[in-house]
Amino acid sequence: MNFLRVTLIRILYAAILLIAVLVLNFSLMHAAPGDVADTIAQAAGGIDAEALEQIRREYGLDQPFLVQLGRYIGNVLQFDLGYSYFYSDKVTNLILSRLPATLLLVISAQLLALVVGVVLGVFSARKPNGILSHFVTFLALFGYSAPVFWTGLLMLVVFSLMVPLFPVAGMRDVTIEGGFFVQALDIAHHLVLPMLTLASIFLALYSRLSRAAMMEVLGSDYVRTAKAKGLSPRQVVYKHALKNALSPVITLAGLQLSAVVSGAVLVETVFSWPGLGTLAFQSILARDTPLILGILFFSALVVIVGNLLTDLALRLVDPRVGGKR
Amino acid sequence: MTDRPLLDVENLTVRFAVRRGGVFGRKQFLDAVDGVSFALARGETLAIVGESGSGKTTTALAVARLVAAHSGRVELDGADILGLEGEALRQVRRKVQFIFQDPYSSLNPRQRAEDVVREPLLSLTDMPRDEQQKVIDELFVQVGLRPEQKRLFPHQFSGGQRQRIGIARALATRPELIICDEPVSALDVAVQAQILNLLRRLQKEFGLTYLFISHDLGVVQHMCDSIAVMYMGRIVEHGPRLSLFNNPLHPYTAALLSAVPSVDKARRAATRRILIPGDPPDPVNLPPGCRFANRCPVAQPQCREAEPELRTVAGGQRVACHLVKEDGTAPL
Repeated sequence: MNFLRVTLIRILYAAILLIAVLVLNFSLMHAAPGDVADTIAQAAGGIDAEALEQIRREYGLDQPFLVQLGRYIGNVLQFDLGYSYFYSDKVTNLILSRLPATLLLVISAQLLALVVGVVLGVFSARKPNGILSHFVTFLALFGYSAPVFWTGLLMLVVFSLMVPLFPVAGMRDVTIEGGFFVQALDIAHHLVLPMLTLASIFLALYSRLSRAAMMEVLGSDYVRTAKAKGLSPRQVVYKHALKNALSPVITLAGLQLSAVVSGAVLVETVFSWPGLGTLAFQSILARDTPLILGILFFSALVVIVGNLLTDLALRLVDPRVGGKR
Repeated sequence: MTDRPLLDVENLTVRFAVRRGGVFGRKQFLDAVDGVSFALARGETLAIVGESGSGKTTTALAVARLVAAHSGRVELDGADILGLEGEALRQVRRKVQFIFQDPYSSLNPRQRAEDVVREPLLSLTDMPRDEQQKVIDELFVQVGLRPEQKRLFPHQFSGGQRQRIGIARALATRPELIICDEPVSALDVAVQAQILNLLRRLQKEFGLTYLFISHDLGVVQHMCDSIAVMYMGRIVEHGPRLSLFNNPLHPYTAALLSAVPSVDKARRAATRRILIPGDPPDPVNLPPGCRFANRCPVAQPQCREAEPELRTVAGGQRVACHLVKEDGTAPL
């Protein structure tokens, strides 16, 4: 019962946070100079002031700020994110059509970073002065300090141009025809470089953190108790130490969700990956306010829900919080 | 029955490599335990006492094969256990169990109490499942925990109860030797007495032999048959409890005993407090001669030249001091 109540309170907080994000986004976009009328005028090669006013009236941009804000929030609550000027389509449709590509990229990168990061962390913690441990330290420094778009470009130069192993851009090759399996293989082939690029930062983070957490746990008294119980070194590491070392990594992975989403914008742009990131980038260039707002709202939603789930998952994993009496 | 001791430790040395001055510093060695020898008869309790850093806990860990020994012999029932690996080591672990100092950090926070006790049965014996449960149920009664507490996690217990879990865990495989590393120093005084009485009762019931590490002489007096005093990795004095308490030979032992607080006014007046000034020497660069010489109130020039050997004097006490006479008269 307690768990249910906590969950409900967390959901309530999340909803309040989401509305705050909504207001902040809208205010910032409103404060920024230039609107869609300017863009249309620019595209038309300059129009007179009266026509400009006409366009503003049509889109409701002449109304006071609070009226526009109220109208926007009302629409969002009815799951209406508005209409994109640039693509001439509903914002929700655009987001949903681009979502699978981004989810594929973000989830695969996050999983890769988590699994490889934890494995590297555990192995290097078992021999803190070994070659692998120094390699992990170096990798972490490199992965975390190199800007992700630069890593992406470097990957492109090395693995697409110098050694043409992987395609340069896009998500699929239109010339390839075949069944589901062939298509999936093609997408996976295109996925490798963007996934590695996006994973590089988080791999660094997770390997470093799990190494530190693991070393702390391996030095703790209950690990010595486990040895005294006659467990093999392997059992000590995987049965006693790893479970305890994992919870900070899970927490961080949840918190990093927002960084993964923002990292995806850069990576998708570099690799022309047809996901939300490229959509966001293009909508900013086109000053397509409803679309920008829609994408911002959506990524905020993803991050808030992600954090909520992490929080609840930790409560379930940790017996000190979720244990039955 | 033979009169062979259950545990016979000979010249045990534990060496740690230390580096001074960063990565490029010279590698040096620190002998945390330096040529320690003692024997412990079945069913008896030997206390190792000493200040922090004297090597008493390291000695215990090396005897339990939880820290690698550099040289020496540790014989359990006549067989050296230092070189053992694999199955043979598992057999030794079954016979030698450890009770740790800190009942808070030495239990895995993710294991339920009964799983803590079950784990040695799983890894060291091939007892069938239902029999394991029977053993666990009995142990819970014997250490004074209620059956319904079996499913709780460590954080739901008090310090004393946690130490009872640790004791039940140590008893699970029916060991012969239990090494208690300051089992009560993390507990408050009222609980200390309960745990000590429990340990004494269990010793009688199970016929246990204890190697008892402590810095608390009051606790030692209550628990032990004989006492070994350690200083800077060496045993300086070793003898039966009564003779050591009544007639301490080594100046360090005398100083240590004079520091025990007493509520008895007459006793307080009778004992002269011996203060030892200064700090222990650098354990990496030990001075020649007696390690206690720089703090010893009665040190002579010869003490700074030659290191005294541990020798047996009249009365059966073993002592490492040049100034103790063969008939067992103390210099202090």
